[in-house]
Amino acid sequence: MERAVITVLGKDKVGIIAAVSKVLADSNVNILDISQTLMQDLFTMVMLTDITGSNVTFGELADRLDAVGRELALQIKIQHEDIFNSMHRI
Amino acid sequence: MLTKYEILETYKMIHDECLDIRTITMGISLRDCCHPDGEVCRSRIYDKITRCAKDLVKTGQEIEKEYGIPIINKRISVTPIALVAESCEDEDYVAFAHTMEKAANELGVDFIGGFTALVHKGATPGDKKLIASIPEALASTKKVCSSVNAATTKAGINMDIIAQMGRVIKKAAELTADQGGVACAKLVVFANAPEDNPFMAGAFHGIGEPDCVINVGVSGPGVVKCALEKAKGADLGTLAEVIKKTAFKITRMGQLVAQEASKRLNVPFGIVDLSLAPTPAVGDSVAYILEEMGLEKCGTHGTIAALALLNDAVKKGGIMASSYVGGLSGAFIPVSEDAGMIKAVQDGALSIEMLKAMTCVCSVGLDMIAVPGDTPEETISAIIADELAIGAVNNKTTAVRIIPAPGKSAGDTVEFGGLLGTAPVMTVNKYSSSGFINRGGRIPAPVISLRN
Repeated sequence: MERAVITVLGKDKVGIIAAVSKVLADSNVNILDISQTLMQDLFTMVMLTDITGSNVTFGELADRLDAVGRELALQIKIQHEDIFNSMHRI
Repeated sequence: MLTKYEILETYKMIHDECLDIRTITMGISLRDCCHPDGEVCRSRIYDKITRCAKDLVKTGQEIEKEYGIPIINKRISVTPIALVAESCEDEDYVAFAHTMEKAANELGVDFIGGFTALVHKGATPGDKKLIASIPEALASTKKVCSSVNAATTKAGINMDIIAQMGRVIKKAAELTADQGGVACAKLVVFANAPEDNPFMAGAFHGIGEPDCVINVGVSGPGVVKCALEKAKGADLGTLAEVIKKTAFKITRMGQLVAQEASKRLNVPFGIVDLSLAPTPAVGDSVAYILEEMGLEKCGTHGTIAALALLNDAVKKGGIMASSYVGGLSGAFIPVSEDAGMIKAVQDGALSIEMLKAMTCVCSVGLDMIAVPGDTPEETISAIIADELAIGAVNNKTTAVRIIPAPGKSAGDTVEFGGLLGTAPVMTVNKYSSSGFINRGGRIPAPVISLRN
């Protein structure tokens, strides 16, 4: 299984999860885990996804999420899971 | 399972604290490009570089996107050109630099290094031709970088070459006077030059290296500074621990990128360079780390001790994070590329003398130092000689990248732009060194070299 982590940071508003989930569903990416918190007004969401069956390239998926991020004035980044594993696990 | 805290920590390092991969550098051997006809030799060089590195930039961009880590530069280093060009009968090697530039432009890489001569004990006819071509070669190209190894612990210090480099540097500055003497920013004079260094301007592909190799350099002064901010009031042993842990994380990132690049390009992985490379961006400064440790300004008393702690802790943290560590692997202190260093010079806290002393405990030497345009060539040679003596005697790499900024005097600034930054013009000692430099000859290898 190939996994990627999506991080969403910004001001809370209606429809953030819906918008991100729609991109993922359209790209055939499965959501494995979602964790979100609200600190004051700052919305933070970390999403673990399975990109094995994705019907678009990683770059294309990143661009789509970026476009949604710009629409909602949020920072949405997708990164391959390996970068976190290599940094935090020996 | 990764925790949210860990994910956000990585996110913060990249987006708020300027963590990035400074460079993926592909080393390419040109030893099979030798030919008695210069034209043929150059066309072989062009073909080999563009063949080996054709996917370098694309692969770098893909990795950047997938891992979400910026890779600032993609670079190439080649076999010292003096070794390759010597096979042909040309008298002037400037055309070789143009071939390198053409290949770099074709591939879209940021820099290409290796317009180099290794002359620590003496120069062959090819080395001499190359050194004579340096000013014109650097002035007529943008991406070509040049280096000259003029001393080693084993061979001693070649003072004839150092005397000549004073003239070469002055000439290179004059030829690019309209750009602040920028040609000198692409020229390094070394003691104990490493063969696998991914950083410019000193990168070349050493003669003990494989045909093609991937080396990676990371950059993370901002991350180290932010980690130290959380350790206010802690003692120095604790600070060393914080730096070690941070360096480990930074280096793991470099290791991952190096492995991925090596796998995707089907080229062996060489080394990760553990150096903390600053950028002119605010918050990405080695000077600010030292100031965070408690110095009012970088350059004041205590700076060397603080830098020694930093450099050692970075190595200790990084060494376990990478399977192969190499290159320069030490803290960089390039004045023009580090916002905190620039400020320290402007505020009168940091002098050339202090920078020289700092290089005794870190790797790189006097880096990106601008001095007045009318500095005598013998003084430039003497500054190089001092710095290379530190390297040769202490069995470490040191280097000098100095820019006698045409028409500028101490207190002025020179703007180079991009990663090269802005250099404050520094004061040099006004007394002459010419009697010493003009003696020429070779300073014998220090006794430390006799280890057998």
